[in-house]
This record gives sequence, structure tokens and C-alpha cells, in this order.
Amino acid sequence: MILHTVNKSPFRHDALASCLRLIADGDALLLIEDGVYGVLEQQPLAGGIFDCCNRNIVVYALAADIRARGLQDKMPGHIIPCNDAGFVDLCCRADKTQSWY
Amino acid sequence: MSGKKILFVCRRSPYGTSLAREALEAILAGGVFEQNISVLFMDDGVFQLLPEQKPDSIESKNHLAMLQALPLYDVESLYVEDDSLRARGLDHQSLAPPLRQQIEALDNAAVKQLFAVQDTVVSF
Repeated sequence: MILHTVNKSPFRHDALASCLRLIADGDALLLIEDGVYGVLEQQPLAGGIFDCCNRNIVVYALAADIRARGLQDKMPGHIIPCNDAGFVDLCCRADKTQSWY
Repeated sequence: MSGKKILFVCRRSPYGTSLAREALEAILAGGVFEQNISVLFMDDGVFQLLPEQKPDSIESKNHLAMLQALPLYDVESLYVEDDSLRARGLDHQSLAPPLRQQIEALDNAAVKQLFAVQDTVVSF
């Protein structure tokens, strides 16, 4: 299992687009820093994020970054909040990590 | 108000980079030196205006709290690009009170007009 992290907003950067092109079934996706703007329903790749559910790809968003940006009320049901300990756990469980920045 | 007409264009989200914070510091400095300041939030810059920002666990200063100080520095001409809001599923009501009462949403023609009347534009 590869853990993919994306730390850029999908509105101004291709990091999430490149990640979604290459993420494989069974991998995990963690949105961090400005990447948490990827939880928004209106973002251009929201469909791609939603499709991860059908591909056995779990999508997480780092809770501290969600709270900092005031996105608490905008988390959809298919994205799971992740705390710092959960972040460490994901890294330990993954074979490899790919940072998209 | 005396001084040059300066437009600050804020296009970046808060916290991810230092640009939003640096813009705000430049704007407040402009206010202190009594320049004729306007601020336009557009693209991901509109995210600076969202309510309920709680950055304590990322060990950052609250960007919204600093923005709320703008009127105290006589920086009152605040604008947001309507197209940027709608592209992000937001509208004027999504913005943080009470600051949103100071912020005017501009359509495309009005944004172009805002640029046209300035002496200088500074982009962050």
C-alpha cells in the first residue's frame, strides 16, 4: 500500500490531479496543509476523490489543517478526518510514501 | 484620504504559504502610512475570509483575527471577486462576520475597473 500525501490546493496546482492519475486500488490518500481544500464539493476534482471509494482507496484529511482553515463543516462523509497519531500510523502501515507537492 | 491609490491583490490561501500573512503585514503598513489602500481577495485568497479558523494545533497565528483589524487601520475598501467565490462553492454569506459587512463582492467588470483606477498594484 502506498500512502499518497497532497499538500496543495486543487484550485491552483496540479498536485492532486497527478496523484489521482497514478493512485492505485488499495492505496491511501491523505490531504494535508493546503491540500485539505480538496475536501470541498466544488473543487474541480471532487468526482475523482469520490471515485476513490469505489476503488478501495481510503481518503483522509488531516484534522488540524481542516480546523485551521475553517473547513470543519465542509467535510463530506466519504473523507475521514485523521489526527497526527493517525498520520504516523498510516506512514508505518504503508510500504512507501509519495508526497505530491 | 491622501496618499497613492494602492491595490493589494491577495490570491493565496492562508497558512499553506506565508504569502497571505505577508500581504496583510504590507497592507497594515500601508494603512499606518495613510496610503489609499484597497484590497482584493480572489482565487484561493477568498479562503482567507472563511469563518471558524482555528489554527492553534498547527501553531500558527489566526489569520482571520488579523484581517478583522483592517478597519482599525483605516483600511476599509475590501473587495472579493465573485467568480472566485462561486468557483469554490461560496457566496458573500459564507464569509466571516462581522468582516463581511466591510467586503463588497465585485463582478468581472467591476474588478477590471478597480484595477484601472489604481496608481499601483501589489500582488501576493
